[in-house]
Amino acid sequence: MSVLVYIEADNGTIKGSSIEAAFYASQAAKGQAVTAVVTDKLEDSAIGELGKYGVQKVLKVSDERLAEKPVAPIATAIAAGVAESGANLVIMARSSLTDAVAPRLGIKIKAAVASNVVALPSQEGGEFVVKRSIFTGKAFVDVALKGDKKVITIKKNSVSPQATDSASVDIASLDVNFGDKDFSITLKDVKKQEGDILLPEADLVVSAGRGLKGPENWSMIEDLAKTLGAATACSKPVSDMDWRPHHEHVGQTGIKVSPSLYIAVGISGAIQHLAGVSSSKTIVVINKDEEAPFFKNADYGIVGDAFDVVPKLTEALKNA
Amino acid sequence: MKILVCISHVPDTTSKIKFSDNALDTNGMSFVIGPYDDYALARAVELKESHKATVTAINVGKSDTEPTIRKALAIGADDAIRVDAEPIDAFFVATQIAEIAKSENYDLILMGREASDYNGGQVHGMVAEMLDMQAIVPCMTLDIDGNTATMTREIEGGKEIITCDLPFVAGCQEPIAEWKIPNMRGIMMARKKPLKVVEAVQPEVLIETKSYELPPARSNCKMFTSDDMASLVRALKEEAKVI
Ligand SMILES: Cc1cc2nc3c(=O)[nH]c(=O)nc-3n(C[C@H](O)[C@H](O)[C@H](O)COP(=O)(O)OP(=O)(O)OC[C@H]3O[C@@H](n4cnc5c(N)ncnc54)[C@H](O)[C@@H]3O)c2cc1C
Repeated sequence: MSVLVYIEADNGTIKGSSIEAAFYASQAAKGQAVTAVVTDKLEDSAIGELGKYGVQKVLKVSDERLAEKPVAPIATAIAAGVAESGANLVIMARSSLTDAVAPRLGIKIKAAVASNVVALPSQEGGEFVVKRSIFTGKAFVDVALKGDKKVITIKKNSVSPQATDSASVDIASLDVNFGDKDFSITLKDVKKQEGDILLPEADLVVSAGRGLKGPENWSMIEDLAKTLGAATACSKPVSDMDWRPHHEHVGQTGIKVSPSLYIAVGISGAIQHLAGVSSSKTIVVINKDEEAPFFKNADYGIVGDAFDVVPKLTEALKNA
Repeated sequence: MKILVCISHVPDTTSKIKFSDNALDTNGMSFVIGPYDDYALARAVELKESHKATVTAINVGKSDTEPTIRKALAIGADDAIRVDAEPIDAFFVATQIAEIAKSENYDLILMGREASDYNGGQVHGMVAEMLDMQAIVPCMTLDIDGNTATMTREIEGGKEIITCDLPFVAGCQEPIAEWKIPNMRGIMMARKKPLKVVEAVQPEVLIETKSYELPPARSNCKMFTSDDMASLVRALKEEAKVI
């Protein structure tokens, strides 16, 4: 199947999740053409990296207005990439941008759309089947996508990308006829914490809950995160009380994460919290209550006071 | 101002998910308005008061969803529409909503960022594309002045402030408004509010459900003491191989 992958960059480098998407695309293509569309500013040398993950051709859309990552024009640009390449399958890594782009693109190119996909497709007997995470991580469903065109968004850690020796990538520019209303949203301001590891991209996450008693106690969580190179997260009450910013809130009504390691400190493990984090590969729980439900969903646990355990864990990591 | 709020009918978030005969086992499950849709509805009801808006709730579902629709009416929607069909997939649902919106000229189409059952997160974008409108997702604040809305949209690691002219679609999440609990008067009034049942249009559906499964349970949790963090670090390195 001829495949198109949408590649997102952040500050001039390709996002890790987009590298996963490129590798996913080349596995799903089974030897057929893999084309990428790039709408962010990226040097050709950085784009060349995609060759190692199976991308043969890159269609670059250069338009200053796309730097703000507007949803509707980017959907138009990807649709133009589909027309140019003749791709049947479009792959995107989930992000706040692609979550909004995928359904629009699906309508534009009359495709079957599957979001939140967690593994490579099965393509036996001419049927294209993908596994989606549903009920906020509490179950999975296998769905067959019919028709000529398909769009899928993949969850983090759906594949483990393996680089091959660098192969050359053919870079061409793509002209796009944007729609009249594509640019009808005006961006007034962006408030972003620079320098932090982005939570949805993070491979290691340190998360804390109401057990920390107050926002003034977060420095030990930040120290642990910094030592690991992890992102920080929190439970819903913590962001509701404004102890931490909303974009750190994970769970049923927050961000869903699937890192390799999730460390939960002073979080009870309510079903709505677990919903957003249970697909993490390894879970460590630190809680003073040995009956806390989170221990039933953990791989490693420490019953103890966070104020005692967390500094000791940070110290042990520094010494290891 | 006319506002349409799209309501999903989903299992309560405390539900234990099970399947039988290749379908969700709803035995003993209670159903609610999707938590994100509940935020959208709460904001719509606030706008009703501040902007003299009328609020219509819409649900695509069979008659078993009517208690959920009545709850939306009790919270403050003025009337409701039920499109009489199983909500087969996002495209099917979006087609129904767009079909109704085409003739009704809503100024605002609000819904949750995703339904908490099948987590598609596609209906807002599809409806917007079908109607040639913008969709703002996930929308965390929404204020309207004249014909222009100012909104906060969550992005990775932060948020952006944007403006957009009406009409448009928004997929809402907290803290756009606080969930509203219906009061006695609301519940009484809801019984008399109009709930129109309409037939579904039949688009070609491209997605077929094959089978369901549950994630594997985690094996026993290995315990460590706070004085032995070196052993935990070793386990994370050598056993779990995650650091
Ligand atoms: C529709 C709905 C959606 C929801 N969505 C979410 C969601 O997305 N995310 C989410 O997180 N929640 C969500 N919730 C809320 C959820 O039900 C819980 O209330 C919440 O997760 C509890 O947060 P917590 O674990 O931080 O606090 P608590 O439940 O209060 O737990 C605090 C824990 O800290 C421990 N503790 C206290 N002191 C210490 C100490 N000194 N050292 C170590 N441990 C200590 C306690 O033993 C306890 O286990 C939702 C609820 C509903 C109804």
